[in-house]
Amino acid sequence: MAYTFRGGIHPGTHDDPGFKAATNKKPIEILKAPDKVVLPVSMHIGAPAKPLVKKGDIVDMGQMIAEAGGFVSAPVHASVSGKVIEVAPRLHPNGSKVLSIVIENDHEDRLHESVKPKNFDAMSNDDRIQAIWDAGIVGHGGATFPTHVKIKSGIGKCDTILINGAECEPYITSDHRLLLERPEEIVEGVRYLVKIMAVKQAFICIELNKQDTFAKIEELLAGDPVIKLAPLECRYPQGAEKQLINAVTGREVPSGKLPADAGCAVFNVDTAGAVYRCFAKGMPVLRRVVTISGSAIAEPKNLEARTGTLITELIDACGGFKKAPNKLLAGGPMMGNAQFSTDTPVLKGTNAYLAFAEDEDKRVANPTCIRCGRCVGVCPMHLTPVYMNMFAAENNLEGCEEYDVLDCIECGSCAYVCPARIPLVQQFRVAKMRVQDKRRAEAAAAEKK
Amino acid sequence: MYDLSNVVITSSPHIKSSEDTRSIMLDVVIALIPSLCVSTYVFGPRAIVMTLVSIIACVLFEAAYDKILKKPSTIGDLSAVVTGTLLAFVVPVTLPYWMLIIGAGISMIFAKCLFGGLGKNFINPALAGRAFLMASWPVAMTTWVAAHGSVSLGSTADAVSVATPMAILKGTSDDTLPSLLNMFLGQIGGSMGEVSALALLVGGAYLLYRKVITIHIPAAYILTVAVLTLIAPTGGLSNIQSMLYNVFGGGLMLGAIFMATDYVTSPVSKKGQVVFGIGCGLLTFMIRKWGGYPEGVCYSIMIMNCTVWLIDKYTRPTKFGAPAKQKKEG
Repeated sequence: MAYTFRGGIHPGTHDDPGFKAATNKKPIEILKAPDKVVLPVSMHIGAPAKPLVKKGDIVDMGQMIAEAGGFVSAPVHASVSGKVIEVAPRLHPNGSKVLSIVIENDHEDRLHESVKPKNFDAMSNDDRIQAIWDAGIVGHGGATFPTHVKIKSGIGKCDTILINGAECEPYITSDHRLLLERPEEIVEGVRYLVKIMAVKQAFICIELNKQDTFAKIEELLAGDPVIKLAPLECRYPQGAEKQLINAVTGREVPSGKLPADAGCAVFNVDTAGAVYRCFAKGMPVLRRVVTISGSAIAEPKNLEARTGTLITELIDACGGFKKAPNKLLAGGPMMGNAQFSTDTPVLKGTNAYLAFAEDEDKRVANPTCIRCGRCVGVCPMHLTPVYMNMFAAENNLEGCEEYDVLDCIECGSCAYVCPARIPLVQQFRVAKMRVQDKRRAEAAAAEKK
Repeated sequence: MYDLSNVVITSSPHIKSSEDTRSIMLDVVIALIPSLCVSTYVFGPRAIVMTLVSIIACVLFEAAYDKILKKPSTIGDLSAVVTGTLLAFVVPVTLPYWMLIIGAGISMIFAKCLFGGLGKNFINPALAGRAFLMASWPVAMTTWVAAHGSVSLGSTADAVSVATPMAILKGTSDDTLPSLLNMFLGQIGGSMGEVSALALLVGGAYLLYRKVITIHIPAAYILTVAVLTLIAPTGGLSNIQSMLYNVFGGGLMLGAIFMATDYVTSPVSKKGQVVFGIGCGLLTFMIRKWGGYPEGVCYSIMIMNCTVWLIDKYTRPTKFGAPAKQKKEG
């Protein structure tokens, strides 16, 4: 039996569900380390890291070059050995310039002395969590929330760990390839997480379009009393935390609350892999598997690149563009960000870059709602986008609030199915910001009184 | 460095389903073709001419409205073609062309364009056009020719008239009821599109297969009428006969499959759609049983169209993670 949730969509065609056929059979290729890496101090959600090095310093691979800037923050490590040639703002995939440490690679891959295996069993739980923090591990699914925070705030509250291998975003196959090629790392990582959080059950959740990974994982899990494989039906957005928790455990994360409030901690498969590498090898986060795909890419691939490698090099490795792209995306097509440059680095949470040359997004000039109600049927948060859009269009913030625009997770299911091609998510993003501004203004006014 | 001068920056999502308003409307037109074929077989070529006149009139009215008010042209979405086809389907084949054209004008200009066009009208345009014609020319709108009675393309004054099954049930005619099989296949008098329940069901099956409509409204509507006419028979028939004649005769199939499912004028949630369908069924039954008209589908749907906003308000889905739901589970 496969688990699933209510709502959602099935992007793709009958023959190629999820548009994954271009890369799901392609083994991970290790990309040669570049001549220079650009490592932003913000590769996570939370406070930016603080640089520990300056221009001219010689650094080793795996050396911490920026320390966490607070509790909700993560350090940054040198992904190559070499010389720091610049500490300056550089273009970040979020579209702004972010302070970055640029290292010229000496191609020696000289490991830093701190990189050595840890004796997990001999460590106290606090030391283990500290080790995860020091390794700079963040959520690799894309949200990049620092993992140590999730663990620390979840201990005692969570009885269940979910390992998110849904990979429901179309085109992306990096988690799929990791599950297929390196399942030992992932399963071991889950075992570490289970011990640290002392949960009574854990599920490795994988959609049925990745069934080729099941046999090996089941073999690795044979006899494990705690960790189970949870097959999921294919449906977007199953990899969204709240939907995944609902699909597997039947629980609903209360509106406005966190997964821990439903007793669950959700980690991406590669986050589990990073936890394994942290303890078994002492290795901080230095690499990332990235799917390069889309109709503009000459030869789509799954590439393992050092963090800080510029996207230009990944696209070069895929033979460049076969057609002039009209859209470049960091992440998947449903929730990824449109980019205007390939001069941005691979980050810890980078799972894909897609380049489109066709009319994939099908924009129209005068979108007109015909009230078909498809958006209502697919909304995984069970909202009514048709009315939210109506209120947002007339800037009726009370209406937006009443119709729960703040519960929108911006998954894009409504906009995907909309036959009128209304940019619904865009409307809701603006409406959410306005509602939050309004609430802040009201709170400030109340405080003055 | 790559040349990215042509890339566009937009908000996600960056892919869309291939289905659009035009493809949906085209599917509705395709689904109406079986009925048009039966209608042409039963009433002759005038059925096709009537349909074409109605479609052309509807499209021209919308185009003229857009042109005069300097709005972007909206005829490409094909919704005017759907309205035109449906309007032709709910009038007698003998209706003079000029009346049909006036009906088309009422449908497009007054029921649709003046409210803001596609998506903004609160009442089904084709039904509004029919209601107007019914009020203005009641005799022409209730003169039905027999199946295979010869209907000329020009004047229809000499056509032999018969009663519809609904009128016979109402007792306003001394004709005898047609057999159920003839009614199912369309060998009866009636408005152009409603004669064959079978052809309409084929069209409905196509719409369900293409996921243009869901089963909720038609099923709720037809089942409500079926159950009510089974419990309280109309026209002095036995319970089963009453149910079968009420379900397969008259405009119920056409109304339930093609009119009540009009997106713009029906609720957006599945729950709301069931409530809407039951409401339509209840009103249709009440009009047929106790009302002054033999047929109640048109007015039932129009009345329910006016309640859509209310239904939507009270059938909003409970959001994911809503507090009440948590309590129930806990």
